[in-house]
Amino acid sequence: MYKMQLLVCSGTGCRASASATIVEKLNESLKAHQLTEEAQVVTTGCFGFCEKGPIVKVIPDNTFYTQVKPEDAEEIVTEHILKGRKVSRLLYEDPENKEHIIDSKHMGFYQKQMRIALRNCGVIDPENIDEYIVRDGYSALAQVVTDLTPEQAIDMVKQSGLRGRGGAGFPTGLKWEITSKFSSDQKYVVCNADEGDPGAFMDRSILEGDPNSIIEAMAICGYCIGATKGLVYIRAEYPLAIKRLEIAIGQAREYGLLGNNIFGSKFSFDMELRYGAGAFVCGEETALIASMEGKRGEPRVKPPFPAESGYMHKPTNVNNVETFANVPVIFLKGPEWYSAIGTEKSKGTKVFALAGKINNVGLIEVPMGITLREIIYEIGGGIKNGKNFKAVQTGGPSGGCLTEAHLDTPIDFDSLVAAGSMMGSGGMIVMDEDDCMVSIAKFYLEFIVEESCGKCTPCRIGNKRMLEILEKITQGKGSMEDLDHLRNLAYVIKDTSLCGLGQSSPNPVLSTLENFYDEYVAHVKDKRCFAKQCKAMAKYTINPDVCTGCTICARNCPVDAITGEKREPHFIHQEICTHCGVCYQKCKFNAINVE
Amino acid sequence: METIKLTIDNRQVEVPKGTTILQAAHQAGINIPSLCYMNLPYLAQEHKPGSCRVCVVEIPGRKNLVPACATECTDEMKVLSHSLRAINARRTVVELLLSDHPKDCLICPSSGNCELQKLSITMGIREINSVENAAMSTYRKDASPALNRNMDKCVMCRSCETVCNEIQTVGALSAVNRGFMSVVAPAFEQELTDSPCTFCGQCVAVCPTGALTAVDNTFHVIRALADPNKYVVVQTAPAVRAALGEEFGYPPGNSVTGKMVAALRSIGFDQVYDTDFAADLTIMEEGTELLDRLSRFLDGDKNVRLPILTSCCPAWVNFFETNYPDMLDVPSTARSPQQMFGAIAKTYMAEKLGIKREDMVVVSVMPCLAKKYECQRDEFKVDGNPDVDYAITTRELAHLIKIGNIDFNTLKEEDFDRPMGESTGAGLIFGVTGGVIEAATRTAYELFTGKKLEKVDFHELRGMEGIRTASVNFDGTYIHIGIAHTLGNARKLLDGIRKGMYNFHAIEIMACPGGCIGGGGQPLHRGNSIVLKARMDAIYKEDFNKPIRKSHENPEIIKLYEEFLGKPLSEKSHKLLHTHYFSHPKK
Repeated sequence: MYKMQLLVCSGTGCRASASATIVEKLNESLKAHQLTEEAQVVTTGCFGFCEKGPIVKVIPDNTFYTQVKPEDAEEIVTEHILKGRKVSRLLYEDPENKEHIIDSKHMGFYQKQMRIALRNCGVIDPENIDEYIVRDGYSALAQVVTDLTPEQAIDMVKQSGLRGRGGAGFPTGLKWEITSKFSSDQKYVVCNADEGDPGAFMDRSILEGDPNSIIEAMAICGYCIGATKGLVYIRAEYPLAIKRLEIAIGQAREYGLLGNNIFGSKFSFDMELRYGAGAFVCGEETALIASMEGKRGEPRVKPPFPAESGYMHKPTNVNNVETFANVPVIFLKGPEWYSAIGTEKSKGTKVFALAGKINNVGLIEVPMGITLREIIYEIGGGIKNGKNFKAVQTGGPSGGCLTEAHLDTPIDFDSLVAAGSMMGSGGMIVMDEDDCMVSIAKFYLEFIVEESCGKCTPCRIGNKRMLEILEKITQGKGSMEDLDHLRNLAYVIKDTSLCGLGQSSPNPVLSTLENFYDEYVAHVKDKRCFAKQCKAMAKYTINPDVCTGCTICARNCPVDAITGEKREPHFIHQEICTHCGVCYQKCKFNAINVE
Repeated sequence: METIKLTIDNRQVEVPKGTTILQAAHQAGINIPSLCYMNLPYLAQEHKPGSCRVCVVEIPGRKNLVPACATECTDEMKVLSHSLRAINARRTVVELLLSDHPKDCLICPSSGNCELQKLSITMGIREINSVENAAMSTYRKDASPALNRNMDKCVMCRSCETVCNEIQTVGALSAVNRGFMSVVAPAFEQELTDSPCTFCGQCVAVCPTGALTAVDNTFHVIRALADPNKYVVVQTAPAVRAALGEEFGYPPGNSVTGKMVAALRSIGFDQVYDTDFAADLTIMEEGTELLDRLSRFLDGDKNVRLPILTSCCPAWVNFFETNYPDMLDVPSTARSPQQMFGAIAKTYMAEKLGIKREDMVVVSVMPCLAKKYECQRDEFKVDGNPDVDYAITTRELAHLIKIGNIDFNTLKEEDFDRPMGESTGAGLIFGVTGGVIEAATRTAYELFTGKKLEKVDFHELRGMEGIRTASVNFDGTYIHIGIAHTLGNARKLLDGIRKGMYNFHAIEIMACPGGCIGGGGQPLHRGNSIVLKARMDAIYKEDFNKPIRKSHENPEIIKLYEEFLGKPLSEKSHKLLHTHYFSHPKK
């Protein structure tokens, strides 16, 4: 037994900041100081606090080092491990009182979190099944296959109130029950790991940090619905998640946790991976199934639902990664425990990828019913650079923008929909006063236009037309009539598109039209962008009182729109200016005004 | 049968369980417009991707509108097909389609025959709400010997894809690209000529717009007719007469042979002949080949390749050359009637008429697009001069007649010129599935048994089923016959033969649904089985009324052999009337 363990985050984010080198250096240093018997370096999954990565956590004293660099490894070993003195410069500093915080549980970022799906992320070595087993891994599966009938197990999932975390929030237990009722020679359990929302990475983090929980949950699902085969549809852009899943599947097979007669029961289950090529629409279950079958990844009309006719026309249960990650805990702690968390209709927790103009960017897991204010100001540490909060976009390209007015709404599946957005997979992007909401809507539409499969008319052509209208508006060429067309198109696309992607694609437009209509009107009527983001509308002028005549603006202007003598105030010729904004960026004296 | 009661636009409807809203509405006299939906009941193929969203209807209480084509009725369902919400959505969807569609309707090959145009007219669309200079999805134009692709006009209904993949199993077309730029094309957006396309033209037959159209040779023909140095003869395929009337307002199923002949003569063709004559000739050659292989087989010759496969259909020839290069010696070597006609016209007839080969122009009127390709094949040319110069479709003939200012409906019926206009009922039924093999049977029976065939009609060989089999009693010897129409059914039969599953002696294959009557050159059937059935009935009716119904009794054919060819499978026959096949493995 080791006296101490150094947990080093080896999620994709921290690895990008050289956490693999940190592991190397720590090991070298331990060896040099002959501490390899005393302390062990463990590579773990994501801690969530990506803003402050790479993270190194020392246990048992729970010291949480942030923004560690490879060159800090030696100091951590010599000071902390050898002499028992914490390296204070690597500790997290409380933004309020500037004090160092040692244990992460005292940090604002973690205080309101509750980790169920992420329970093992940042705790265990995902490449070692023993560490999962030590944390009660596979005991839920053992309990289910040896003590429970499929009906009893499904009942427990139903009682827990677990709803699908992929976005739509369909009750998981009910989905299992429906699939279990269709008889067939072969059924399939599919894990949807085709995470595609911009900025969302909870599925990746779970697969990288705790792959065995997914394997265990899929096996439980297989037992419940009568399937012997599991398939994980995972995007090929997640090489680390794929590698760890493959390792975990291999180890589970070795331990007999996958294969024939699991735990001596009559139940057999095995699984394989299927790689996606990164099409967003393949997150839609029928498109996902088509893609797995080797067909063009596009959705089809439902019914029949996959529960009746899915992969290879066999009954198929498709659940998202995060949904599966919740399943073993429900059996371990009981459905009553689980259903005590959350709101009336949304039980448990939800993982959000917190991003945008917020101090603590990262992956968080919070109980349903928490307010946006708690997430943004307490967990997220407020808006960057002391700016004012403007909006938060939830649910990715399918979601909508919520405002100040929604900050105190307890968030769950239904309240977000009522507010004109949705849970989606859990992307949460915070915007401040510098963000133009028309441009934000345009950004999401660009994504949708890029990712539409092209099958149905409203999504294929309608979204393109909406984008064209938004481009026109942001160029200062929009009319009030365009706003009417935009609204009509948005409603029709929502009302008539074939799949969830199309049906929700107008949400960013509709929610910004609803909540920030004055910004649209300003763009259209006054040709003004409050946030000064729409460059085509910006008017750049030079304040002669501030200008020093350094000539840097004139030299950098690509169209020679600026003239002036050296050491004399310069002047921008509006008829030549193309609003590119280079002068504004280059001026060292803040002499350029933007209106 | 379990039935369901529902209300559509306040009308009570009772339908069997499993009926879609679109079908139920139709039954109630409510025509919900649709675009991508296509039903081919006789091929057991229903294409309902639910993708165009034109047929959306409102069901109060449901979150979204639903596509009527792909939504099953449920008990007590209330459907609103023309609520404001449904109308606005439908109109917006059609406007969107129009916003990404070229506006050159006046000169579009499908003008007047375009489902999108009809929708726009029906819905009274007068302007398209989209921004100025809205982007259009445009693609490289693609021309082939038989059909043209102008995918700027594609509405992504994917009917062509279903026909090409599911029905024909050719696999030349599928959706490529994503989003706004998605379109149906050969793999990697290759050209059609580099794809496994057989030029069967069924994609053209189902395309609702001008995206897929036939190559148009009408003006070449007009120019040849105007050339004083050219002697222009025309042949008309059997299926043409059964459908041409539809272009002039006749209901499907009216054969217009006499008027067609009169029109062709009026247009100025020097001789108006009949491909049916060449069909009778085909029977002489192919039937003899069948009997030859059969006799050798029955005598115990192990080297005989049976079953013999018909070779009249050029799309089918392309199909087996591409997909079954190992079986090139199985089909009959007999050329198709079109090519037999050309070969005889430019030798026997040219000599008789005292015209030099290069001064004779042979025009064929065909229900088929692949025929345009077939007549360009190198093996059917002599010193670069093709046996058949131009193949035009039934639709092109209708245009020729209209360009010729001929009032088709008041024309007096006329008869074909002789000798190559003389034909039998056997030659005529080449136009329908089962017809070639029935014609062959009529002749082979008499040649094989030496007895007179009393019952000329072989009903067991007729019908619309995709694959049919029958055993015909040749005076004690049973001849096993297989028949397939559509290339998908042909593939099933061929794969079975490869595996040794069947013991057929002869198989007839036609690439198009219903045979040539459903060809890609006919008035567009768009999958309508009632139209195909009516054309089929017209052909059998005309056959029934023919004075001579067996190919070997055609007096002009007898004379042709006496004067020119000698006997079937003679050296001259081999040179002029037979061909060989080339392997084109799938690219």
